[in-house]
Amino acid sequence: MERWPRLRASIPASDTVRVSGVSLVGFVLLWQVASTLWVPSILLPTPVRTLLALAAMLREGVLPHDAGVSLSRIAIGFLIGTAVGVPLGLAMGLFRPVLVFFEPYVQFFRFVPPVAWIIPAILWFGIGETSKIFLIFYTTVFLVLLNTMVGVSAVPRNQIRSARCFGAGPWQLFLWVSLPATMPHVLTGMRIAMGNSFAAVVGAEFIAAQAGLGFLIIDSGTWLATDRMFAGMLTLGLLGILADLLFRAVVARCAARYFFPS
Amino acid sequence: MAYITFRGIDFRYGAQGPLIIRGFGLEMRRGEFFTLVGPSGCGKTTVLNILAGFEAPSAGEVVVDGEPVRGPQRDRIVIFQEPDSLYPWLTALENVEFPLRVLGVSPSARRTRAREALQLVGLHGHEGKHPGQLSGGMKQRVQLARALVLEAPVLLMDEPFGALDAQTRIILQEELVQIAGRTRQTILFITHDLHEAIFLADRIGVMTAGPDSAIKKIVEVELPRPRVRGSAAFGELYERIHQILSEEVRRVLRREDSLL
Repeated sequence: MERWPRLRASIPASDTVRVSGVSLVGFVLLWQVASTLWVPSILLPTPVRTLLALAAMLREGVLPHDAGVSLSRIAIGFLIGTAVGVPLGLAMGLFRPVLVFFEPYVQFFRFVPPVAWIIPAILWFGIGETSKIFLIFYTTVFLVLLNTMVGVSAVPRNQIRSARCFGAGPWQLFLWVSLPATMPHVLTGMRIAMGNSFAAVVGAEFIAAQAGLGFLIIDSGTWLATDRMFAGMLTLGLLGILADLLFRAVVARCAARYFFPS
Repeated sequence: MAYITFRGIDFRYGAQGPLIIRGFGLEMRRGEFFTLVGPSGCGKTTVLNILAGFEAPSAGEVVVDGEPVRGPQRDRIVIFQEPDSLYPWLTALENVEFPLRVLGVSPSARRTRAREALQLVGLHGHEGKHPGQLSGGMKQRVQLARALVLEAPVLLMDEPFGALDAQTRIILQEELVQIAGRTRQTILFITHDLHEAIFLADRIGVMTAGPDSAIKKIVEVELPRPRVRGSAAFGELYERIHQILSEEVRRVLRREDSLL
């Protein structure tokens, strides 16, 4: 706990910018060299060609459309997964009968990865939105549920005991102690789940879809339009970073106190 | 007439566990500062938890002001050794407001009372800080303020200064003596530090080594306050209680030796 901040602090802010600048420029250069000297550029397009393809796809409106489709699938599945995972995780962490009832399924299905469900989901729900949203939901629900469950059962005993001294009833204990004490775990679970949702949506769109970033990547690959394929991958990574930043910004604005300022 | 009575308390974990406490009896007067000392593992904290209502005795009963203890209640507030009973997502002020919020006091009234309580423990100017931003001593002051804000008749303190450095500890002991003198609360204070016990208490109960421990001897501390740690009378009393206590500590050590 102590060592990391000190290590980080030993690099001044200006150096941090410089080091990441060198890293980024170095990576692009390596990419450029690799794509011109080592690998045929049809297999690995140059950074410039990839960016040109990206610009063209933005102009054509392909990229905004596909990105929008993927993002809305993620958003819907993620929200439903959170809406189910949080209450169920709370109930499992707080009430033993609920835990005993649901735990075997949670323990079993968390080892069956979302990709294993792609085919059944398409068979059951078709190639439309429902199958993708189902997969994102599946990805989200276990991560959020398990984190919530662990969090709510790890509330320090003295926090509960002192509230009971003050005369808090079960609802006050839940709303004013257990729930806020669990918030960091819930938010951590959500953040991890969002990252995994990006992976899940691409997997689903690979197999059967008519739109979405996964579809864009595999479709471009089929036609050997590797510059468009890499542009799709670039977009995916950037959107992921953006979504994570957005999530953190919302947390910092609305829920900072749950990350226990120190 | 005793204010708090422990009558024939036995305590064991579960139905078959070994007896931690056997036949523990104690009468506390209203407004007295009672300190419980004893070898570690003798069940001091268990006694406090039973009075707090966190644990139910296997036999016997505890009566506070004529009412048998059935669970935690607002008239008996615990101050824990670890400051983890504070709510880290709340500021110092909000932590102290918490008991009043449970009680249903209006926001403006509870804010005023919480501010006063923080002022009383010397935390004026730190109201907006979160527990993670406060030192160990300051966190214990917040715990104290949070206990004082309800004006509960009984305070239960479980080695509250045990994790603090020596200097902070002495300062907090002096402040506690002043506050206790003013509020006239009945205090059960647990410690294994004999200096602390003599400095604070009206009476000191020395417990026998566990398992199946009880009170071995109760010593009245008749030194006038403020007490001077270096004084001859303080030293004499220390020696007297130390004799009683060290017999028990030696019993623990002998038993541990024979186990090896």
